[in-house]
Amino acid sequence: MTTAATGLSQLDVLEAESIHVMREVAAEFERPALLFSGGKDSIVMLRLAEKAFWPARIPFPLVHVDTGHNFDEVLAFRDKRADELQARLVIAKVQDDIDAGRVVEVPGGLRNPLQTTTLLRAIEEGRYDAVFGGARRDEEKARAKERFFSFRDGFGQWDPKNQRPELWNLYNGRHNPGEHIRVFPLSNWTELDIWRYIARERIEVPAIYYAHEREVFERDGMLLGVTPFSEPRPDEPVQTRVVRYRTVGDASCTGAVESPARTPEDVVEEVASTRITERGATRADDRASEAAMEDRKKEGYF
Amino acid sequence: MADLLRFATAGSVDDGKSTLIGRLLYDSKSVFQDQLESVERTSADRGDDYTNLALLTDGLRAEREQGITIDVAYRYFSTPVRSFIVADTPGHVQYTRNMVTGASTADLALVLVDARKGVVEQTRRHASLSALLRVPHLVLAVNKMDLVGFDESTYRRIVEDFTAFAAQLDLPDVTAVPMAALQGDNVVHRSERMPWYDGPALLEHLEQVHVSREDAQLRPARFPVQYVIRPMSTERPDYRGYAGTVAAGTLRVGDAVTVLPSGRTSTVEALETYNGALPEAVAGQAVTVRLADELDVSRGDMLVASEAVPTVTSSFDATVCWMADAPLRPGQRVLVKHTTRTVKAQVQALHDRLDVTQLLPEQADSLRLNDIGRVTLRTASPLAVDPYAQDRTTGAFIVIDEATGTTVGAGMVA
Repeated sequence: MTTAATGLSQLDVLEAESIHVMREVAAEFERPALLFSGGKDSIVMLRLAEKAFWPARIPFPLVHVDTGHNFDEVLAFRDKRADELQARLVIAKVQDDIDAGRVVEVPGGLRNPLQTTTLLRAIEEGRYDAVFGGARRDEEKARAKERFFSFRDGFGQWDPKNQRPELWNLYNGRHNPGEHIRVFPLSNWTELDIWRYIARERIEVPAIYYAHEREVFERDGMLLGVTPFSEPRPDEPVQTRVVRYRTVGDASCTGAVESPARTPEDVVEEVASTRITERGATRADDRASEAAMEDRKKEGYF
Repeated sequence: MADLLRFATAGSVDDGKSTLIGRLLYDSKSVFQDQLESVERTSADRGDDYTNLALLTDGLRAEREQGITIDVAYRYFSTPVRSFIVADTPGHVQYTRNMVTGASTADLALVLVDARKGVVEQTRRHASLSALLRVPHLVLAVNKMDLVGFDESTYRRIVEDFTAFAAQLDLPDVTAVPMAALQGDNVVHRSERMPWYDGPALLEHLEQVHVSREDAQLRPARFPVQYVIRPMSTERPDYRGYAGTVAAGTLRVGDAVTVLPSGRTSTVEALETYNGALPEAVAGQAVTVRLADELDVSRGDMLVASEAVPTVTSSFDATVCWMADAPLRPGQRVLVKHTTRTVKAQVQALHDRLDVTQLLPEQADSLRLNDIGRVTLRTASPLAVDPYAQDRTTGAFIVIDEATGTTVGAGMVA
């Protein structure tokens, strides 16, 4: 349990902690699933799962909550990884919930808030009792209060004021039927740790995480790519710039950053010296209010 | 190779703990511009005279509204030599529960006192809990020195008071630092306003504090089995590996090991990971162990060095910190999760309650929320336990309420 006491590097310690958490879940739950979007955090989480159960296959399916607002490179990457691992990939589409009238699309087209309904439906349909997510505590203030094992009631809700204490490396996954646990193996990782690990382990990530030329336009101080889900208004001139993505989410609200970083090592250097958080730089959905994330999480979001 | 230090902070209301952490993050350039702008905006909206760095750590809506910290929050920052995980534990609401939680994984406890008030009951409580949880290092941060005119004798008196109290506790290493977190004196940079102090600034100390690497690795090996890996594939039809994290000591290929609780023996044939086989695995490493003999080993069993086996027992004494509204009473039935084994248990006896400001025993017929007391537990099946004083992993357990499924207590084997 003591960390620096073992002579392991910081990344070794984080890796071991995440693997420990994943094995606890595989041992104590009946139907776990791992949320895999093809984003960098879930890619690292998937590699950790591979390590945790090697030489056996990952003993749970991958679930992608698909907003329909995707980057093509990311979807291709998702399918390739699932194939390589011979993993079962379950795709839950936000579009299906829109078509069925369970959610209503808001003007402006942001689909991140709609994901919650689709996620909860996927959990119910799959009867998953534990769902791995790649969220990190350093991402956001409300997430700084999350546990590794985050209890969710029958409605998928998070109650931040009434969380189970988490001591040593002893995780409590008890729950009743219909309730479930969200598990965050990357809780203690930072954005920089993720990139150092990608560099150290030579993990492949979609090309949009590295510098490339792209047609972009500025909106609310962010650079948005020209896609079917994010089209410039007449007063938003389109320019070609060298950019990369720091986060990959709903393409309609995920901004790019200007960057010359073409390798994981370049990105490590860039992240180490950057002065803006990844969500502040690139996520319109988190700018809604001080407590935007807390409110979404209470409703069942990650 | 940068390593990792986990530390827990504790202080009374208004000791400036959140401000200190905000200052550490800010001065070590771990606060981002957008976070700072958001805090500046909120500070201005609230009419604060200065940018309230406490807002960097108080994340929940209710915390911002009430100006308090509700739950343990984790913060991250790093310097070129070390990465840090801070467990920021609130000083007032549920303080014992939160402090115990934060301290359970900490290498160091940072205890804040207000220089105007000196050592108060909360200070003694925090020091006692650090000692109880066997946090290896303690820093006494004497804050708000600006409000006592940076007076050396005030600082000396507080340090003497604390040292006298700490002598009664089993605190291995205590360091005191005078500081003014609001202005940043002695937090990251040494202060020019306290020339009489020639020790390191807080961050320098956190970077340098020696975390003994040898201790954990020299203890007898302990390996709780988490999960049995059986690929059942055509390439590996008979593979059977025991996955887990080395809890203590060093496991080496060829080592004689005993499987507990069965008592059967074997030798370590291989230590495997995704990245290749290892000659040895040390405390903290997650590996898969293959044994030379086919034994019946499953989750909840423990592989231990045959030369020094822990006690295997169905009855043991322990110190328990109670974390639930409904009190613990003698005779109560609970679940105990110890390493990777969860068993039914009964509280056979409640011996006393500890006055946590001094760790002195008092008479008690129940343990209420935030009480700490000594009990005898009887378990439905045997556990392989070490005294917590020797091993913070194989000596620790949590208590779970079977009906509600919640974690109601933290236990340390006597």
